[in-house]
Amino acid sequence: MIEREQVLHVAKLARLRLSDEEVERMVGELSGILDHVDRIGNLDLEGVEPTSHVVALENVLRADEPRPSLPRDVALASAPEPQDGAFRAPSPQAE
Amino acid sequence: MADLEAVIGLEIHVQLATRTKMFCGCELSFGDEPNVHTCPICLAHPGVLPVPNEQAIRYALQIGLALGCEIAPRSIFHRKNYFYPDSPKAYQISQYDIPICGPGRLGDVRIHRAHLEEDAAKTIHVGASGRIHGSDASLVDFNRGGTPLVEIVTEPDLRGAAEAAEWARLLRETVRQLGVSDVNMEEGSLRVDANVSVRPAGSEELGTKTELKNMNSFRFLQRGVEAELARQRELVEAGGTVTQETLHFDPASGTLTPLRSKEEAHDYRYFPEPDLVPLAPTEEMLREAREALPELPVARIARYEEMGVPGDVALTLATDPRTAGYFENVVEEADGIEPRVLANWVTGELAAALRQAEVEGGAADSRVSPPSLAALVRFVQEKKISHGSGKIVLAAMVVEGGDPAAIIEREGLAQMSDSGELEAIVEKAMAENADAVEKIREGNGKAIGAIVGAVMRETKGRADGGEVNRIIREKL
Amino acid sequence: MTDLLDLTALEAREAMAAGDLDAAEYTAAWRQAAAGDDLNAYLWQGDGEEAGAIAVEAGRTAPIAVKDIFCTEGVPTTAGSRILEGYRPPYTSTAVRRLLEAGAPVLGKTNMDEFAMGSSNENSAYGPVLNPWDRERVPGGSSGGSAAVVAGGLAPWSIGTDTGGSIRQPAAFCGIVGLKPTYGAISRYGMIAFASSLDQCGPLTRTVKDAALLLGILQGGDPCDSTSVGIEGGVSLPDREDLSGLRFGVPKELADYDFDAGVREVFEQTLRKIEELGGEIAEVSLPSSEHGISAYYVIAPAEASSNLARYDGVRYGMRRGGDGDLIEMYETTRSEGFGPEVKRRIMLGTYALSSGYYEAYYGQAQKVRTRIAQDFAGAFADVDFVVTPTAPSVAFKLGEKTDDPLAMYLNDFFTVPMSLAGIPAISIPAGLAAPEGGGPQLPVGFQIAAPAFAEQRLLDAAYALEQGIGFDARPGDADG
Repeated sequence: MIEREQVLHVAKLARLRLSDEEVERMVGELSGILDHVDRIGNLDLEGVEPTSHVVALENVLRADEPRPSLPRDVALASAPEPQDGAFRAPSPQAE
Repeated sequence: MADLEAVIGLEIHVQLATRTKMFCGCELSFGDEPNVHTCPICLAHPGVLPVPNEQAIRYALQIGLALGCEIAPRSIFHRKNYFYPDSPKAYQISQYDIPICGPGRLGDVRIHRAHLEEDAAKTIHVGASGRIHGSDASLVDFNRGGTPLVEIVTEPDLRGAAEAAEWARLLRETVRQLGVSDVNMEEGSLRVDANVSVRPAGSEELGTKTELKNMNSFRFLQRGVEAELARQRELVEAGGTVTQETLHFDPASGTLTPLRSKEEAHDYRYFPEPDLVPLAPTEEMLREAREALPELPVARIARYEEMGVPGDVALTLATDPRTAGYFENVVEEADGIEPRVLANWVTGELAAALRQAEVEGGAADSRVSPPSLAALVRFVQEKKISHGSGKIVLAAMVVEGGDPAAIIEREGLAQMSDSGELEAIVEKAMAENADAVEKIREGNGKAIGAIVGAVMRETKGRADGGEVNRIIREKL
Repeated sequence: MTDLLDLTALEAREAMAAGDLDAAEYTAAWRQAAAGDDLNAYLWQGDGEEAGAIAVEAGRTAPIAVKDIFCTEGVPTTAGSRILEGYRPPYTSTAVRRLLEAGAPVLGKTNMDEFAMGSSNENSAYGPVLNPWDRERVPGGSSGGSAAVVAGGLAPWSIGTDTGGSIRQPAAFCGIVGLKPTYGAISRYGMIAFASSLDQCGPLTRTVKDAALLLGILQGGDPCDSTSVGIEGGVSLPDREDLSGLRFGVPKELADYDFDAGVREVFEQTLRKIEELGGEIAEVSLPSSEHGISAYYVIAPAEASSNLARYDGVRYGMRRGGDGDLIEMYETTRSEGFGPEVKRRIMLGTYALSSGYYEAYYGQAQKVRTRIAQDFAGAFADVDFVVTPTAPSVAFKLGEKTDDPLAMYLNDFFTVPMSLAGIPAISIPAGLAAPEGGGPQLPVGFQIAAPAFAEQRLLDAAYALEQGIGFDARPGDADG
């Protein structure tokens, strides 16, 4: 079961804005999913190592050799708001 | 109220001097035009993947070994999730609970851990006032984004602002001598933040700490910590409590301002980075890292102290490996003379003479060869010339190089060894300064200076001051 | 002309190599067929000119459809999302690069569930894909477009991605072959990330031999992907004639699960066919697999919540609300750019990783994952393969499950455990069955899973079974 307050908090963390209607729906849907998922909480998994890496590899590294960078115009080609060779974004809110 | 003691820990970020970034092959940038060193990876385009820079791993191992750290047999990367324009993936690849380097020590301060991570991009705030508050927009330059960093965290073992700055200098010098970073605070390749708190002296518990940022020189570091300690002391002594906050140091005013805390403290939601496999430094990597270590300042200081050189002089010598090398050559040439004396000449008289003559570079670059300095010091030690004459000879050597014996001969600086001649001159000086003699007899010991001065002038400094004093007292 | 389109990719390749087939003509025929797409399966189709950086002269290999999750330089790549509308990547994914190097022109980019999140292709911002067997039904997802083009005669073969079943399940719903290789067999560089520890590229084809051919082209370690190793020894075309000497394990837990009677019937029939071909059926136990969905729906959304955080309107893609402050821009862009399923999973994933919940959710799910991998390892000590139905039902109707996310998630029940364990699994069409509510017969998939990196043995067995079954139904056959 997830509470409305938690949904609002999580939305903030995820930088999502939900309408009141979406919040309501989310509370219901997430609660349903979490109820199902919560079952794993009851399992006795004492001593079981969590899988953090699927392939048994170590030390996969790259030589410190330069590779060509993108020409700047290509780097900025997709930018929603290029300015003076940089990516423009709004500032954090003035407080 | 019990005395409050300062408790300070440092968090240091070292930008590594590799050729390319931590996770992609873009070259590191030095004041270039914005966004000319970027690629889909460091711009976090959809579908890209990181691959770690081998040299960064090696450099991190060297730093860890230089700090006496335990090297983790296996460490992993974690994602630290947060949204900001300078963080293109909206997560920083870092290390969390299994870092590459564990506990260590440098001098008197214990190291808690050191780990690898990537640097954020640079944000320039533009707008009316040019300051972060009230600005219109951010312009982001991703050249710096992805630069390899090693973050070093100390235990809160420091007890004062000056001590913190001095230890930070030692750390800087140690890392600089490894050749793994420029460690330049003004340029940003070395960043030092301080965690500061106070507590009753003798207490084992830690007080609430504040985090100080943006001190981009050792001087500012010291001033910032001093200011914060003063503020906390005043607050606590007045019965208040310290709030945990981050304070931004303003170099212009030398004051600290709280950074407005974001709505809530960050929840970074750390989890192991699935796109990277663990690091397990091999025996060979460790051996190579160990072999790459030069003799580091702390070891050198200890060695010099063992030779009898006082700590502060040893620190000065150890700070520059070339000066240290020069000093050691002088010691070898001056077989028999106390290293303490030679150290003082190198860091004292020679340094002064070089400054006076406006000579660029240090002792090792000067015209004064180690054998000639050793010979000069021997002349003075054996009282063949006075200390003052020694300085004159040194000044000449700084300009023209050469052999002290020749210069002494040329300038006629050989110490007056004929005591009869000296006695005669002393008698004459005493006769000419009868009132001074009177004063000495009355108990004013300082008046002897006038007579000594007269003798020195007459002998052109070639007399030995101590000897002159002795003769005067004899004749009183 | 139609004869050309009947050739499998392998036949075409052999004919081109022998000089019996004009490559340009062959590719042109397919481009023409693709242009007739009435299934909403393609989001972009290209010809030589427009394809720019990914243009390759028709040569040695059959042209191919590519799921719109693979970055293709200069060519629109949307991942089925509004937030990447108009985005043209500055680079090409390794998988597509290998295809181009093999001389396979790209026919087009196929429609998919947004950011690969879905089991029906109804989560695309560009409209659902229709199942060529019945246009009122879903083709499965998230590689719905890739499956529909192959089943619907709009491409000879295609590549998709599979995170929890997104190749296998649509292959089953569309009556074609779909393979999810071992995690690490194919490079993920340039494959827009959904769940990094689960995502894998794989072939969707008409035949098992075509799947082997395509896997051979795609597999390999890539210096750009430090989790990729390729398949040691590579992959050869299968030619096994029967299944003698091979043991096939049926999880006893299947008996407890609810799935369509028609699916169950085809499954049982296929087990009998295996025995007919000389294979042995044995019982195995995978006790933790019942928790596969739970573990999957924690791990995948958690990783996704982090992987999708980069869609923030700063460097590429959609930006909305840029007149406000930074947070407003982030929130508006993401709220308008992401569809409801993506938002749901981002929320779920963020929650599972958040302070105070990590251990209970993410930590616990990763332990369940270890258990599932151990279960398979235990089973493979006794049998060569584990077999299950690919999906619990045949293709369902559009809109049938969109109101209940959990019901939709349960579609992945049989496919998720193999993804969690990182082992390879293939779905081959095994028969037809009527849907529970009645209607014309629809394809049923049979899933075979093998130990990590045992793709060759898997393909060999799948081929022999495929030949034994002789599934030759086509969409449009079952009219009336």
